[in-house]
Amino acid sequence: MEDSFQPLIIAFCCNWCSYAGADLAGVSRIQYPPSIRMIRVMCSGMVHPNLVIEALTKGADGVLMCGCHPGDCHYQDGNRKAEKRADALRLMLADFGLEEERFHREWVSAAEGPRFAQVVGSFTEQVQKLGPSPYKT
Amino acid sequence: MQPPKDVKVLADRFGIGLNEFNFCGTSAFQPAESSRQGIYVAGPFAEPKDIPETVMQASAAAAQVLSLLKDARGTLITPKLYPPERDVKGEEPRIGIFVCHCGTNIAGVVDVSNVVEYAKTLPNVVYAENNLYTYSNNAQDRIKEKIAEHGLNRVVVASCTPRTPEPLFRNTVAEAGLNPYLFEMANIRDQCSWVHMHEPERATQKSKDLVRMAVAKSRLLQPLQRQRIRIQKSALVIGGGLSGMTAALTLARQGSDVYLVEKEDELGGNLRHIHYLLNGERPQEELARLRDEIQQNSRIHLFAGAVIENIEGSIGNFKTRISARGGTTEVEHGVVIVATGAKQYQPKEYLYGQDDDVITQRDLEGRLACGDGFLAGEGNRPAKTIVMIRCVGSRDADHPYCSRVCCADAIKNALRIKTLSPETNVLYVLYRDIRTYGFKESYYTKARQQGVVFVRYDEDRKPEVSRNSHALKVTVLDQTLGMPMLIPADLVVLSAGIHPHEENRTLAQFLKVPLNSEGFFLEAHMKLRPVDFMTDGVFLCGLAHSPKSIEESILQAQAASARAAAVLVQDSLELEANISHVVDESCDGCAYCVDTCPFKSIALVEYMYLGSIKKVVETNESTCKGCGCCQATCPKNGILVRGFTLDQSRAQIEAALEVA
Repeated sequence: MEDSFQPLIIAFCCNWCSYAGADLAGVSRIQYPPSIRMIRVMCSGMVHPNLVIEALTKGADGVLMCGCHPGDCHYQDGNRKAEKRADALRLMLADFGLEEERFHREWVSAAEGPRFAQVVGSFTEQVQKLGPSPYKT
Repeated sequence: MQPPKDVKVLADRFGIGLNEFNFCGTSAFQPAESSRQGIYVAGPFAEPKDIPETVMQASAAAAQVLSLLKDARGTLITPKLYPPERDVKGEEPRIGIFVCHCGTNIAGVVDVSNVVEYAKTLPNVVYAENNLYTYSNNAQDRIKEKIAEHGLNRVVVASCTPRTPEPLFRNTVAEAGLNPYLFEMANIRDQCSWVHMHEPERATQKSKDLVRMAVAKSRLLQPLQRQRIRIQKSALVIGGGLSGMTAALTLARQGSDVYLVEKEDELGGNLRHIHYLLNGERPQEELARLRDEIQQNSRIHLFAGAVIENIEGSIGNFKTRISARGGTTEVEHGVVIVATGAKQYQPKEYLYGQDDDVITQRDLEGRLACGDGFLAGEGNRPAKTIVMIRCVGSRDADHPYCSRVCCADAIKNALRIKTLSPETNVLYVLYRDIRTYGFKESYYTKARQQGVVFVRYDEDRKPEVSRNSHALKVTVLDQTLGMPMLIPADLVVLSAGIHPHEENRTLAQFLKVPLNSEGFFLEAHMKLRPVDFMTDGVFLCGLAHSPKSIEESILQAQAASARAAAVLVQDSLELEANISHVVDESCDGCAYCVDTCPFKSIALVEYMYLGSIKKVVETNESTCKGCGCCQATCPKNGILVRGFTLDQSRAQIEAALEVA
């Protein structure tokens, strides 16, 4: 598999849950593919949909957006807002000539180190199947 | 849950008593105190309990200690002084990078010197080095040296997660005279060396990418200032029941002024109806003592028969309009404690309200307390057969929660009947489940030993109560026999549930705090922040939060006061720096962000600009927490979160994709 396509994925992770979940994956030495480049945000509700589209149209093979589980948001319900934006975003991707599967929204808590690794692993596989971004020059 | 093995040694050493189960135990009215004055207890050392009760008891113990130490509080603090901040406005970014080996944690996988050499090639980077441990004192000193030596105006540390050491590094940067927000981190340990241990080359490549992203963001960092606001050193306590009275007194004893608002003409709330406890303590004597102390405490300003008309403002500076018989008063205060309590459900079932011999546990307790008691029916015949029905208005479709105190209450009254009324020969308790948690379990055993008959029923086969000419009849399915049981009863006693006040909704709107789906106030975190709201400066205690016992109400009230006092002892408050900020020229006042803000921190304002009306939004800096829901909602880049702006994120994305 050495020559297989190695996707580059932008991951937005909220400071309080999913970024901490990624830290826990690290502390627990749980291995996952080196596909993601993480951008720490304070809340998944802070991620502007334009940033997701920009990342994908500038050549990211996938975008992952992670927040706290419903009910756990540090800011009451920012994650719910992120979810609604994610639902809307998914509908737009086809207009940009992108597969819906290039974008994924996931809830990961600060206690879910193994799950964070698993989310990255399965999303990486999903993007691998799609192949490189059509925007990649 | 068992006490630790050496608990007796510990107790002997401190000279405090343990109960029959080798826990410390406490009285109901001094629930954070051991048997010895000046020694306080918290957590399962006192009694088996869950996390939130443990946190509350620990805060309550702290409140007790703080009232003892009120004169000494803050006297040992030496303020830290920083050098004047260098103005970097107009300067090209001069970035210094410090890459951490973290012993072998990073360097064992990532080729650190390769990363350093790469970092030196990035635009605006004027200095890069590696350190064995960047958070060590030596390395902190080196960072300060290099800032001075190379005139650095941005610092990037590539090491571990920012979630722990970022404040330390910010402090170092500030000690070198740079604004602490001109600092950025790349997490090459938790996100690289630890999770790609078997792929050193790709881990090194990813580390370079993460450094490049951090450098890209750091170029766009701006100096940020944390605003300070003055704090009104007084508290508003809403509700004059047990919790509100306790909160007010605890705060006053710690030296704060308190406005205590009670809607009824007298203090006491539900405590007025509690006459005795399982352990023999006497609530009415405690109530009288609390009322006296409140009356005599010059720090407590009582508004009885009063209604709150409005509350505005935020932590440090609230303004509240209170109307009482004497007219309307406006008070200013720095914090709010919500202690509005809850009420007893008025049953509609089991002939309650239609038949004088169907009463609630509270009615029964009132009768038992006045001695002539539990008489029922025409001619005041002694009640020979009494049937108690549990879970009335609790744990049903409309009120799915458990009212928590009724199990112990029913057993308390059952035992009282057994003592006071030899004429009562049969006492049934029809129940769904019994939870006399903690030490109260022994009273449940005692009630069984004394012949109280417990009969279980299911929610979908509730007992039925009817009246034929002379007697009440209770029918319940006996689950052991599988047959209906018919009990002629002289008195039927209902355990009516605890229901929230409808007025909670108005108050929740004034304070911008949430209610749960049942209508009780919802705390910031169910386990770890049981007396805080998400809204700073507003705290919660007692039945307004959820059904609870006397000792739990007192603990939560004392805990809320400790949390509130932590705000009130300060003269001013430092606000978050990473909060939202309106870009006046981009904002066209569409106000999409106003509704999406979870803290109601954004308002639409209008002003005259070049002869016409301009609409823009405005952020309340003292309530904004920087979540950025506004930023993601704005279609025009008109509102941004400092330190997490779209440009900064975009720079990170472009650096990651190497398209910049």
